[in-house]
Amino acid sequence: MTETTNRRELLTVAMPKGRIFDEAVALLRKANYPLPPEFDESRKLIIESPEAGMRFILAKPMDVPTYVEHGVADVGVAGKDVLIEEKRDVYEVLDLKISECYMAVAALPTYNPKADIAPKIATKYPNLASSYFREQGEQVEIIKLNGSIELAPIIGLADRIVDIVSTGRTLKENGLVEVETMMPITSRFIVNPVSYRTKSVQIDDMVERISAIIEGGEEV
Amino acid sequence: MTKLFMFEKPVGMRDTLPELYQLKKQVRDAISEEVARWGYAPIETPTLEFSETIGAASAILDQQLFKLLDQEGNTLVLRPDMTAPIARIAASTLSTAERPLRLTYDAPVFRSQQREGGKSAEFEQIGVELIGDHSNSADGEIIALMMASLEKSGLENYQIAVGHLGFVNAFLLEVLGNESRVATFRRYLYEKNYVGFRKAVDQLALSSIDQRRLKNLLGLKGGTEVLEKANDIVESSEGKAALSQLYQLIDVLEAYNLSDKIIIDLNLVMHMSYYTGTVFEAYSEGLGYPLGSGGRYDELLAKFDHPEPATGFGLRLDRLTEALGKTKETIINDVCIIFSNERRKEAMEKATEFRQENRTVVMQDVTGVNNVDAYSAQFSEVIYLVGSNGNGGGAR
Repeated sequence: MTETTNRRELLTVAMPKGRIFDEAVALLRKANYPLPPEFDESRKLIIESPEAGMRFILAKPMDVPTYVEHGVADVGVAGKDVLIEEKRDVYEVLDLKISECYMAVAALPTYNPKADIAPKIATKYPNLASSYFREQGEQVEIIKLNGSIELAPIIGLADRIVDIVSTGRTLKENGLVEVETMMPITSRFIVNPVSYRTKSVQIDDMVERISAIIEGGEEV
Repeated sequence: MTKLFMFEKPVGMRDTLPELYQLKKQVRDAISEEVARWGYAPIETPTLEFSETIGAASAILDQQLFKLLDQEGNTLVLRPDMTAPIARIAASTLSTAERPLRLTYDAPVFRSQQREGGKSAEFEQIGVELIGDHSNSADGEIIALMMASLEKSGLENYQIAVGHLGFVNAFLLEVLGNESRVATFRRYLYEKNYVGFRKAVDQLALSSIDQRRLKNLLGLKGGTEVLEKANDIVESSEGKAALSQLYQLIDVLEAYNLSDKIIIDLNLVMHMSYYTGTVFEAYSEGLGYPLGSGGRYDELLAKFDHPEPATGFGLRLDRLTEALGKTKETIINDVCIIFSNERRKEAMEKATEFRQENRTVVMQDVTGVNNVDAYSAQFSEVIYLVGSNGNGGGAR
């Protein structure tokens, strides 16, 4: 077998950096994937693990579905929030039940919906937020921010924000209150539609091993 | 909107430069020749069609259509696929032609892209339609012809997933009991959202046996053993009938010696309402998108008031060339004759001679090119016919 075909048979896994990363790595280790120890500290963006038959790419969480949709990664771990926002053509195969949190609408305690003439919503998730409010029959203006969303109502950029909440600490520390709970969020195991067929042996095995670990053991 | 730069193009529109053109042409010619050998007659249809007819009948979502108005105010679309226009012809002009009809096309189709680049909004599609034949042999022929086309194009590592919409619909209906629930669950399959599918199953007031049956549907992917498993969970006669069709289809493909590249995937739902029976998609290793797809669409002709069974496939030339790899080499130009006025006649005779030998000759006046050395370096053979006889150059 030549070097190149060997390379191609590695399964490329897109992992989200940040919040979800540690839990996702722990899950894979529990499923008996021998991940290199350098994994946790490294600043490398691509880490190969030939023992595990995998190559990991470390991406921004919001970009994981993009890599998987285009097929440069075969599988990936992505939050449901990102999947709703990005609407990529990928298989959502497993609920990993890690990084549990929820989407919520938050505002200052003084916020009065009736006084809201042209409601402005600040969020990192413009598509998700706008379809949510459309379903509620509420007309709002969405302002897209890339982080520190809690700032927006405090300094008057928007009246409300839409963001993920895990403990509620960030909201509390910034003097915001939750006004609506939107939907629960967990991380999902996603698969490229072509890889799902052409690399089905490796991927089916991975799905089986991971789902055996997930609490309650969802059948596949 | 900011002022456009001169070089800009609408999102998803691509230029085809000579190297890629050559590769595309090779692929196109190879497939057209193969399809013609199977007795499919080529046809062309207009680029513009009415939105109300073709736009509505096509498998493409409304927001993906390029629309414009004609002078009477009718909404027109740039054709988003070729199947609907061919159905229109089959139902009208060719309605009295002897059945089955075997037609083929090779044409650009248009699908607007709102998102980023990397996806074409205009691409060439090569395909066939077999109209008026409901048999398994027809489905088998279409899949076999798609595979033969892929082989002729030079592609080696590919796979075909085969499913059956009739099975999915019958199975969901027998477990769920009503059409609206079937539509919900079919949508989960269409969106490839297995997590949502399982969660929705858990929320239904069904017996645990039925819940398990539904979840088992998601695992029906693999070799022919999948059909056995499917047979165990389906009870309705419609579902069993769909499975026996698939069994026969596999037999047909085995007779073609093609079954090793086939996987069965009973969750394959490529469109919400278009296909009715067998469906299939072609994949190449290393390319993230399907190369093409097809299936049986027995309801489409009815939309043109001419109900009859039909099946077909479409291959995307852009993705196929991408899967075949980057353009193999830069074009090696054959012969260049660099001439001056005095020896034009001689140069012309030489060129004619070469062209008769099937060689490619560029005739270039020496005064018309700035850097003769750089220009002539692009050719494998350069002949200088410059200056009065005997003085300037000669063959290099």
